[in-house]
Amino acid sequence: MALLKMSDFGKRFTIHYLGKTMPAVEDINFSLEAGEFIGIVGRSGSGKSTILKSIYRTYLPDTGSILYDSERFGLIDLAQAAEREVLYLRKYEIGYVSQFLNVMPRTTTRELVEKALLEMDEPHETACLKAEKALEHFELDPKLWDAYPNTFSGGEKLRLNIAMATVKKPRLLLLDEPTASLDQHSKEKVREVIQALKASGTTLVGIFHDIEFMEELCDSVFYMQTQELAKKAQAGVGYES
Amino acid sequence: MFEEALLHVCNLNKQFGSGCSQCSNPSSRMLEKNYCPACGTVYACQDISFDLFPGEILGIVGESGSGKSTMMQCMYFDEEVTSGEAFINDTTLEGENVFALSSQKKRYIRNNKYGMVYQNPVHGLKMNFSSVGNIAEKLIAAGNRHVADMEQTSRELLESVHIPLFRMKEEPQYFSGGMQQRVQIAKALSNNPPVLFLDEVTTGLDLSVQANVLDLIKNIQRESGISMIVVSHDLAVIRMLADRTIVMLNGSIIEEGLTDQILEDPQHAYTQQLVYSLL
Ligand SMILES: Nc1ncnc2c1ncn2[C@@H]1O[C@H](COP(=O)(O)OP(=O)(O)OP(=O)(O)O)[C@@H](O)[C@H]1O
Ligand SMILES: Nc1ncnc2c1ncn2[C@@H]1O[C@H](COP(=O)(O)OP(=O)(O)OP(=O)(O)O)[C@@H](O)[C@H]1O
Ligand SMILES: [Mg+2]
Ligand SMILES: [Mg+2]
Ligand SMILES: [Zn+2]
Repeated sequence: MALLKMSDFGKRFTIHYLGKTMPAVEDINFSLEAGEFIGIVGRSGSGKSTILKSIYRTYLPDTGSILYDSERFGLIDLAQAAEREVLYLRKYEIGYVSQFLNVMPRTTTRELVEKALLEMDEPHETACLKAEKALEHFELDPKLWDAYPNTFSGGEKLRLNIAMATVKKPRLLLLDEPTASLDQHSKEKVREVIQALKASGTTLVGIFHDIEFMEELCDSVFYMQTQELAKKAQAGVGYES
Repeated sequence: MFEEALLHVCNLNKQFGSGCSQCSNPSSRMLEKNYCPACGTVYACQDISFDLFPGEILGIVGESGSGKSTMMQCMYFDEEVTSGEAFINDTTLEGENVFALSSQKKRYIRNNKYGMVYQNPVHGLKMNFSSVGNIAEKLIAAGNRHVADMEQTSRELLESVHIPLFRMKEEPQYFSGGMQQRVQIAKALSNNPPVLFLDEVTTGLDLSVQANVLDLIKNIQRESGISMIVVSHDLAVIRMLADRTIVMLNGSIIEEGLTDQILEDPQHAYTQQLVYSLL
């Protein structure tokens, strides 16, 4: 059974002060097996982020279904799931990383990563250690560990975001341009973590502007323009649809 | 559902005034906002239904006059509901509509199940009692009798809300607004209630004091896992505290959802206006 399956998914936005309703995406169909990594490719405004945010319920899905094979709930339609169920899944099963840091104010970098672990019932001592290990891995300067991230650079914020999401070892991880403002070296660090997560069974859906980076990691690519899912050829290079 | 609600509220209605032929039927009434121009009745809360789950912070946002405080006062039995039901998931109160209970039982719930922090500290504190005395009062109401224990508990609570030891015997009337709110929070927490109501706790405070009180609330929630209903007209407060949010307008719930969804994908025209004004 697929771990995630989007069927006839569509999302519109109604802007009341303009009196307008605009479709952002329509008729999206794809599915991925547990442990697979699918990349989404399309031009700006084609609805890539809309798809991820709808899976995560930051956007309210309109039409179609988003079936997710949950550890806690079994097969569940994320488009219909109760708010509390979605909150549970966010805490224990589904992670989301974007370029934008959206965190509790006045909370230090270290506390943020620890909190991600504590909320999934990790004991305090191991949460401390794991948080430090994650911050070290992403080479966030220890000087920053006890600082509030508001003033961090784009790359530092992003690395913190990724650290917060990946320490939880989510079953499903949604990545919205997780390498957007990173230099080559930091990208390598992100690649390592993605590879490690994938090896440990995490299923991933990612949006990348860096096609090369993506192609090395993904099992298949979903093209927004043609709405087709292309499986990466077993041998390595090239795709076949 | 995979868990049971701690508090289940069904069709809470509260009106001020007795209504007239033009407004007594909910489906056909023509109101100006929440007000019947023909007879002057105010429909402050109309068919409010929601669940509060264990350990969550539920945000309620809406403009001035939307009925937020009235709803909280009904929940806390300060105001009698016009109609509606509320259930607390508690073995002793199983299946009982708490709005219909005797005043003695309501008092028991207030003293043992609920804590309330009022928009105006004057309603939550005896301004001319010491801070310790204010807390002791609530402890006595909850059945405590041991004086030394109560002093000890009061001290610990006031310390936890950062009221310095040497000021604990002082009367809150001499405290700043932020300190008064913190004493109110300590008092509301003193009986270890499973449910805490917070009505505009930070309104009127300086920004830095606001931040301090919000951090305090967040920490309490994280450490004690107490369920809270946080009312505010300020989306920034809701964004910081609440997992789920309800939007009220003219006495009715117009929208509810995960807080980040309400902020990033608001559905109702009024919510959109509210969100755009935040950015
Ligand atoms: N919250 C929103 N409210 C209204 N319209 C939105 C909202 N989010 C996205 N849209 C619209 O939906 C369409 C798809 O946007 P989306 O952000 O999903 O594109 P994208 O493919 O991620 O683009 P990019 O590559 O630039 O990030 C756009 O036309 C956008 O304006
Ligand atoms: N005792 C009362 N008699 C008559 N009308 C009342 C009474 N109390 C409240 N109201 C009316 O009920 C409506 C809801 O008031 P409420 O105080 O609940 O609003 P609120 O959402 O808390 O507003 P705010 O953000 O200003 O605190 C208002 O129209 C108010 O005038
Ligand atoms: Mg995008
Ligand atoms: Mg009010
Ligand atoms: Zn009338």
